[in-house]
Amino acid sequence: MNAGSNAPERYYNYAYLDEQTKRMIRRAILKALAIPGYQVPFGSREMPVPYGWGTGGIQLTAALIGPDDVYKCIDQGADDTTNAVSIRRFFAQVADVAVTEDTGEATIIQTRHRIPEKPLKAGQVLVFQVPQPEPLRGLEPRETETRAMHAYEEYGLQYVSLYESVATYGRIASTVGYPTMIDERYLMNPSPIPKFDNPKLDDNDAILLFGAGREKRIYAVPPNTRVRSLDFEDHPFETQTWDDACALCGAGDSYLDEVVLDDAGQRMFVCSDSHYCAERRAAGHAGPMAGHQLATPETEPAQ
Amino acid sequence: MAYVAVKGGEAAISNAHRWLAEDRRGDQAVPEIQVDQVREQLSLAVDRVMSEGSCYDRDLAALAVKQSRGDLPEAIFLMRAYRTTLPRFGASLPVETANMAVRRRISAAFKDIPGGQVLGPTFDYTHRLLDFTLAANGEAPAAALEAEEPQAYPMATVASVFDQENLLETDAPSAEASEPFDLTREPMSFPAGRDQRLQALARGDEGFLLSLAYSSQRGWGNTHPLCAEIRLGEVAVEFTPDELGFPIEIGDLTLTECHMISTGAAGLERPPQFARGYGVTFGHCERKAMSMAIVDRALRDAEEIETAAPVQDQEFVLYHSDNVEASGFVQHLKLPHYVDFQADLQLIRRLRREWFAREAALKEAAE
Repeated sequence: MNAGSNAPERYYNYAYLDEQTKRMIRRAILKALAIPGYQVPFGSREMPVPYGWGTGGIQLTAALIGPDDVYKCIDQGADDTTNAVSIRRFFAQVADVAVTEDTGEATIIQTRHRIPEKPLKAGQVLVFQVPQPEPLRGLEPRETETRAMHAYEEYGLQYVSLYESVATYGRIASTVGYPTMIDERYLMNPSPIPKFDNPKLDDNDAILLFGAGREKRIYAVPPNTRVRSLDFEDHPFETQTWDDACALCGAGDSYLDEVVLDDAGQRMFVCSDSHYCAERRAAGHAGPMAGHQLATPETEPAQ
Repeated sequence: MAYVAVKGGEAAISNAHRWLAEDRRGDQAVPEIQVDQVREQLSLAVDRVMSEGSCYDRDLAALAVKQSRGDLPEAIFLMRAYRTTLPRFGASLPVETANMAVRRRISAAFKDIPGGQVLGPTFDYTHRLLDFTLAANGEAPAAALEAEEPQAYPMATVASVFDQENLLETDAPSAEASEPFDLTREPMSFPAGRDQRLQALARGDEGFLLSLAYSSQRGWGNTHPLCAEIRLGEVAVEFTPDELGFPIEIGDLTLTECHMISTGAAGLERPPQFARGYGVTFGHCERKAMSMAIVDRALRDAEEIETAAPVQDQEFVLYHSDNVEASGFVQHLKLPHYVDFQADLQLIRRLRREWFAREAALKEAAE
């Protein structure tokens, strides 16, 4: 199992972490699945990438991954962002695992800031990288306080904060990391995904795991669990919408990135989910700027 | 083509790392610095990397300093990421600093104490004038004169001076003490015991602890500390292998230890005594050891009295003292956030539309 092609990485155990650490993390995952939305403290390790750069997600993946897995890693929805490339390469090296950009084909998908557009299936695991697991942290800096608030299900402060937002801006002005209620018990930070993705958390067929390495917390949403985004009767939860469709594939139902084309106000909107966009283009869909060089696969210069 | 830089491929990453290696090497006409030169001649950098990297290995720390181009928090990170992969075969016995082979020991509490004041290798009382003979690759330094009489061994600790009158709280392990908390295996939990606090401070960032200690001196949670003793030297590490059942010496450590004392919170249950703040580091890290001792002392105040200053606040100090965590999180802001920013852009554009519409309506109503 340890005989791999990448000699330097084999100074370390399969998938980097030692087996005792993996077992400790798997126990934390099981506990997290048993208490949906509850933040389980775990003995997070220093990883060879910095805290804040995906160490929680990497530890979850390392504890789960096996040689038969197919691994996908995205950042901002895209497979080709630098940190996603770096993490995918890490597991290709230390776990000898097949990697893919195909959302449907992956068994483990590690993500930062997005949920893929294509619905996930039973048997897939979506691993979120989480900078700040505590949904109440912005309202209460003390961990001792917030733990007690969760224990007593004391979430009034959160609702007051949403109300203040309505009073100030006329609407709930929360855009990413929008607070969610898991199985009507625990308030959960869905990680900094745009609220556009919140509805995908609800009743998802896949296992959703959240890892915060620096803050040393793991939490989970088991398959087909109720996930409710907080709102008020007169200010119901709403997601982002765009007037534009994707300039490359014409999708009107995906989260869009804004690409600035010049400094005179020219811009285009493209799918943040690079695989979703590519798959649609391959199926013949085209947007108003189809054929733009952003749509062509990245050509790597010769080494 | 700005967007190409945002979505970088493997080739871009590899090339960036090659450029980094080139920059690390610098001008190839200058001989490459060797790890043993770093170990011997940048020894205080090595000491800091071992201390905050929580791994006592001078050669590896020197390698980390070289690899990180002298960026010590980066070198500390390299050490941590390495140490976390090491198997552990057990815990040593507590090292006995009273039996230290002392190279430096000073006390600011008494003019003279048993064993005397031993300045040792210190920057103290040097005049901070650039020594241009070093730049000229000057001659070997003249050897320090050896003392006529050998130093006392073991060197009496300052605590022994107070023993007669029982003026200083003792630091004997209590009988009911459980296994010490292990911060490298368990997440931080609160309220934090002193074992957990001292572990966090021992690997905490020197700059952060220095500033906290300084803030305390300036009145933000003052502890009125007095430096009872600083000692630097070598201690033996003892370990009891299961198959032997008795302790054997497995090596030496260089340690810097600092005891800060100040009048403790007076209580009705016990007579007034001096209380201690404790600092210890691998190698010679005196600024860090002193800062740590002041911060430890301030955190102990928080056990007994209502406190408000940052230095007395367990969660504030312990959650923010680790430079590997802090550096990673501050610098993660370099990673793409354009999904989040798009959401913010959308919101601010919408709020502005609504604001101008409201203004226009008000203006219309006024006319």
